Amino acid sequence: MNLPNIAINVVFFALSSLILFAGFMVVWVKNIIHAALWLIASFAGVAALYFLLEAPFIGVVQILVYAGAVSILVLFAIMLTRQVTGEATRQLFERWWLSALVALGLLIVIVRTVSNPGLPTDAHGNTRWPRADRLAPAATAQVAATAQSATAATAQAANATATAPRTAATLPQVAGTFEIGQSFMKEYLLPFEIASILLLVALVGAVVIAFEERSRRRRVLTLAEETALRRSLKGAGLVAPLTAIPGPVDQAPASTSGINTDSTERR
Amino acid sequence: MNNIVTAVPLEYVLTIAAALFCLGLWGALSRRNTVGILMAIELMLNAVNINLIAFWRYLEPQRTSGLLFTIFAITVAAAEAAVGLAMVIAVYRTRLTINADEIDTLKG
Repeated sequence: MNLPNIAINVVFFALSSLILFAGFMVVWVKNIIHAALWLIASFAGVAALYFLLEAPFIGVVQILVYAGAVSILVLFAIMLTRQVTGEATRQLFERWWLSALVALGLLIVIVRTVSNPGLPTDAHGNTRWPRADRLAPAATAQVAATAQSATAATAQAANATATAPRTAATLPQVAGTFEIGQSFMKEYLLPFEIASILLLVALVGAVVIAFEERSRRRRVLTLAEETALRRSLKGAGLVAPLTAIPGPVDQAPASTSGINTDSTERR
Repeated sequence: MNNIVTAVPLEYVLTIAAALFCLGLWGALSRRNTVGILMAIELMLNAVNINLIAFWRYLEPQRTSGLLFTIFAITVAAAEAAVGLAMVIAVYRTRLTINADEIDTLKG
């Protein structure tokens, strides 16, 4: 094993330990805010692992979607429900060791299967994982080496005939962003559109679920209603703001106010 | 030229992903806080994505199916996180708790 390989190994194991340690802390720490921050660390480690696996587009998407959006969502959810998730409250069930046993058993099963998958092996004892596009299976390292020698020639051909239909010979060694975009617009066009519809539905659904019920929500007044209300309040000698509109009170005295204030007043 | 395919066996990456998945499973089964459960589920989804990317890189690096499947998985995970956290907030608003063992209205 030469020096660059050792360096890759070092980086890989450093990233792996970061990911696993952060994942363990996500489950284990008492403070749920700290758990969310460890979750961000784990996401960042996974993104770095994607870069190491030569999938830079996925790595960037991981940072944008997970480390950016999902973790912020989680933090917002924690802070909106802050009172009941303090540091003092117990965070795990009493029988957390039972689920740990279940997870450990699954891990043992997976590791045993992965290390000895029952597939044919090559001369060095490495598993020959099946490949769809190669009828004659070869060891992973050999195929990678042969594909590399063909890459230099195909790179120029790919530049010259970017619009021409790509055969297996003109494909680059590792698919990049260009190929992802092409696939999105060609054979994966329908899943792409379905994913957009899914995102739209999830957006609308999240808004509908998280919004207050209609009867409890303060209605947004039109301008005419607002002026009429102010005039009537002024006539009654009151200068109270618009929150004085009586609404159906069902649990807390502060529930006539909007979504922002009721969580603070309930504290 | 060296890359991860020549340096690290595929089994190692799969083992890391399996360990992360099991950590997420443990968290999803044993956390009381529903936000914690959702975070653990995100860990599991990340482990699955690592698996997808690893198989793509080691076995089919010329194709885009592995990459695109990962992108779709990330999309669905983001949608799931948004809806799940909205449900957590809705439950909190009505029950004033988000502990999974106290939300037992459906218990017989």
